[in-house]
Amino acid sequence: MKFLVCISNVPDTTTKISFTDGKALNSTGVQFIINPYDEMALTRALEIKEAAGGTVTVINVGAANTEPTLRKALAIGADDAIRVNTEPTDAYLVAHQIAEVAKKNNYDVILTGRESIDYNSGQVATMLAEMLNLPCITVATKLEIASNEATLEREIDGGKEVLTSSLPFVASAQKGMAEPRIPNMRGIMAARTKPLQVLEATGDEKLTSSVAYELPPAKQAVKLISKDNVADLVNLLHTEAKVI
Amino acid sequence: MARADLYQHPDYYLMDELLTDEHKMIRDTARAWVKKEVSPIVEDACQKAEFPKQWIKGLAEIGAFGPYIPEEYGGPGLDQISYGLIMQELERGDSGLRSTASVQSSLVMFPIYTFGTEAQKKKYLPKLAKGELMGCFGLTEPDHGSNPSGMLSNIKDKGDHYILNGAKMWISNSPFADIAVVWAKDETSAIRGMIVERGMKGFTTPETHGKWSLRASATGELVFDNVIVPKENVFPDIKGLKGPLSCLNSARYGIAWGAIGAAMDCYDSALRYSKERVQFGKPIAGFQLTQKKLAEMITEITKAQMLTWRLGVLKNEHRATPAQISMAKRNNVHIALTIAREARQIHGGMGITGEYPIMRHMMNLESVITYEGTHDIHLLITGMDVTGIAAFE
Repeated sequence: MKFLVCISNVPDTTTKISFTDGKALNSTGVQFIINPYDEMALTRALEIKEAAGGTVTVINVGAANTEPTLRKALAIGADDAIRVNTEPTDAYLVAHQIAEVAKKNNYDVILTGRESIDYNSGQVATMLAEMLNLPCITVATKLEIASNEATLEREIDGGKEVLTSSLPFVASAQKGMAEPRIPNMRGIMAARTKPLQVLEATGDEKLTSSVAYELPPAKQAVKLISKDNVADLVNLLHTEAKVI
Repeated sequence: MARADLYQHPDYYLMDELLTDEHKMIRDTARAWVKKEVSPIVEDACQKAEFPKQWIKGLAEIGAFGPYIPEEYGGPGLDQISYGLIMQELERGDSGLRSTASVQSSLVMFPIYTFGTEAQKKKYLPKLAKGELMGCFGLTEPDHGSNPSGMLSNIKDKGDHYILNGAKMWISNSPFADIAVVWAKDETSAIRGMIVERGMKGFTTPETHGKWSLRASATGELVFDNVIVPKENVFPDIKGLKGPLSCLNSARYGIAWGAIGAAMDCYDSALRYSKERVQFGKPIAGFQLTQKKLAEMITEITKAQMLTWRLGVLKNEHRATPAQISMAKRNNVHIALTIAREARQIHGGMGITGEYPIMRHMMNLESVITYEGTHDIHLLITGMDVTGIAAFE
């Protein structure tokens, strides 16, 4: 079984976000990690590989500064890594680059996270499936593969949905798919010599451009109104908050 | 009830840029393991004065046992900065946890690797690296602490073996250790090192109870009553105090890093608490006296980080002197203890409870400031180094 797991390089969840001139993330002192949803996908791929055999390749679209993140994926247990050397400026560009690699390599399963935790657009899995003309199951909480058929679960309103898919397919992972692992020292040592291939981007077409970033307004002070004073509350909701 | 571990490490001078990607991965691995396996149970373990044995396997997996021991002997073969970073992260969790790893690495694996025969290295090191064997180190005696050369433990040559007599005290890991690296005088009064195994007749390891410090780490004695030690268990060539002192150098180096971990945890907790705790209508972080404490803490942490990183570079180049290591151990443990006390004040009454790690770190550091060379002795080592005159004898 050949897995391709797409890895985004994202700021650690505890990062205090700021921007330089409202144009780009200020990355000074920011720690970058494997996007947590991607890590769940990677962990599930490794679990299936360890039980049933196969290979797990990780891929990232990004500049050279994302290599430590790929190296960590190798330390966790991926067999080899591919970095497509271009700035991941929009979801279409990322999906296109990954699709170009996938077309040449006959992967059985292509996994992504449900979304990256930096830009959160959650589009790569579906775009990728469309470009490759493959089935796509998004936001999956469970993945099993037996005799060339995959069974996946998704959470839906008030219950869960169980789906099957033929191979190959694309799926995006949601919390629940697997519990991420801490790499051990043997894995870190092995990662030193695992292959990390750098490919040049094929075209740099993108469909969207970011114009500016701004932080949400600072939290306002809370206005407390006594529970006996409903008239004031209604008045303020109407005139100040303008919600009724 | 264990609180959530919200730790974020302070890096005021962007010291991370001085580390390699592999250093950071090793550190982050140790940190992730501590958050997952240590933080949820450490408070309870300390309250019950128990060393959680399940930590041993995890410590081995993150490379905390003999990080710099080469791969041919089962170690990870890492550099000294990696070793330091692992110790920093472990002590961020708890000084007792770090002590267990320090002893195994610097006081058991280091002397076997440095002074042992090939057979001793092959027999013990791979199992020690995996945590299948745990070790302890016997130098300090009831009446000989800062002055180890006065030790009374002794060995007598009986042809194909030695007879070992004596007692060692304040021995981390002794109650559960499988082997002990023990230092004793031979008939010529030369200090010799040897590996004593649990099960040897006349060798017992009574536990020390009632500690107010390092409560999640087991401490005990080593008692030798006519123990037969085979000659193949003795280090062949090393004689004199330089044997045990070179082990202490390695351990003190790890402590210098470890103490920063404890200091950073106290600072991190105090900073967060001071921004959340509101008095007189604003967070206490907004008052000058709280800011003085926090500003001094981050200043001292930053200085200690730079000092220790530089020491690590020197150690990688085999240029770090024992006196330089003394300075770092003394400085870093002292600032960590001061920071723990200041952080305790910022936490107010909450600072004395197990809801926050402060009081535990503070009590632990009272041991760390004394063991592996006391605060005062390290000062006198610096004094001797700069004047050329020894003031402690």
